[in-house]
Amino acid sequence: MNFADENFELREVQKLEGHTDRVWSLAWKPTTGVDGAPAVLASCSGDKTVRIWEQSSATGSFQCKAVLEDTHNRTVRSCAWSPSGKLLATASFDATTAIWEDVGGDFTCVSTLEGHENEVKSVSWNASGSLLATCGRDKSVWIWEVLPHNEFDCVSVLQGHTQDVKMVQWHPSMDILFSCSYDNTIKVWAEDGGNDDWHCVQTLNESSSGHTSTVWALSFNASGDKMVSCSDDLTIKIWGADIMSMQSGDENAPWTHLCTLSGYHDRTIFSVHWSREGIICTGAADDAIRLFVESEESVADGPMYKLLTKKEKAHDMDVNAVLWSSTGNKLLASASDDGTVKIWELGSSSGQKKLQL
Amino acid sequence: MVSGLINANPVVYEKKERRTRSSPGDVDEYAVEQIDQLEIFDHIRDIKDPEHPYSLEELKVITEDAVEVDDNRSYVRVTFTPTVEHCSMATVIGLCLRVKLMRSLPPRYKVDIRVAPGTHATEAAVNKQLNDKERVAAALENPNLVDMVDECLAPSYE
Repeated sequence: MNFADENFELREVQKLEGHTDRVWSLAWKPTTGVDGAPAVLASCSGDKTVRIWEQSSATGSFQCKAVLEDTHNRTVRSCAWSPSGKLLATASFDATTAIWEDVGGDFTCVSTLEGHENEVKSVSWNASGSLLATCGRDKSVWIWEVLPHNEFDCVSVLQGHTQDVKMVQWHPSMDILFSCSYDNTIKVWAEDGGNDDWHCVQTLNESSSGHTSTVWALSFNASGDKMVSCSDDLTIKIWGADIMSMQSGDENAPWTHLCTLSGYHDRTIFSVHWSREGIICTGAADDAIRLFVESEESVADGPMYKLLTKKEKAHDMDVNAVLWSSTGNKLLASASDDGTVKIWELGSSSGQKKLQL
Repeated sequence: MVSGLINANPVVYEKKERRTRSSPGDVDEYAVEQIDQLEIFDHIRDIKDPEHPYSLEELKVITEDAVEVDDNRSYVRVTFTPTVEHCSMATVIGLCLRVKLMRSLPPRYKVDIRVAPGTHATEAAVNKQLNDKERVAAALENPNLVDMVDECLAPSYE
């Protein structure tokens, strides 16, 4: 793809209203938005609910199809669909993680995962859907095995962070778990052998050219050999690992700092997401959304990235989450303290033509 | 005095005289009125200290000069001075300031709250916590803390 010749801009497609408090997080449902299946997006909020939005195939606009309420009694901080799209996991400040099953558009809470001492802040499914990870203010990361009949078994409680854990994220293809924290570090967790013996294999901290304040989020590129993280230190950092040696079973293949993008943000960066096409998107407390791509000037010592476009005033308040759709429609969703979710498309500013990647 | 207070005998200062805004007759009532330092100070000066029957102004925890505002950028920073440097109430005071400004200012405003440099033993930790909006959001779902904050804020609504 070539981002050199044209100017690009984000165009607002739709504003989704309905939440009555800040929207914290988003999840595009896998296997939707492609092959005639309408795109489905979940959003969760400080109003203690989760909303399911579905794109109409006739009009192309999103409508709220379901409101998941009366289960969590505090903020729902994070949500994640299982890879098959059958289950939705929601993590709440009420110390529980709920598992919802979608039966023909009717969502039923089929399981509640208890164990964290207080606020659960993030939830993530591994690539195969056999494992679930959660983390929270109690500084721990929990790994749950997904058993038949909606049973979930805690197989490991990982201690290591010294402050609350903001996000957990599985590697897109391997069973390696990443967590980032208020303690300014990113930790990499892997299983030793196959006996549920999970442990920390690497800590990316200040001495590994890491962040100097809270790390809020991280995301992987399509091939899984690069990771991007964002922080309260106003930078985003790109990390790389030798994917070949990881795939051949060396989960200790270290992640190294490739570059830092500083000077672009002037308030906390809450969210970062790397699209399959290679566009890094950030959402920040300055109400703006920014897109970055690898620059052609990348040198032998490592890649360089440039700002593709910045959408000022993307929302009326902080942008808490940005998320590219993983399917063909190339849509971006964002969530904000202003209580809204927005759907964006990326186009060239000259031709008004939707970007063909 | 009740024993067990963090600072049993705080120095109490006189309140500053309240200035009223001059309003000459020819003011355009439709003109956008800028939010200034005094307006922000007025929102927070009467907040009650969590452990004393005095306002934050009377204890000089905040002063008018501790408020920096840039209305064009919708930005406010409040720097407060705990009465003692081991004050365990610092985060509660910071929370009160944040909540009051959240309720008083237009939502476009970005607010930073910090303790004055060198006035608290765990300055960096207090500042980090007060400016982590996720922790603030979680704290404000804790009924005990909300009661405490509301009690401190009550006089500031009079």
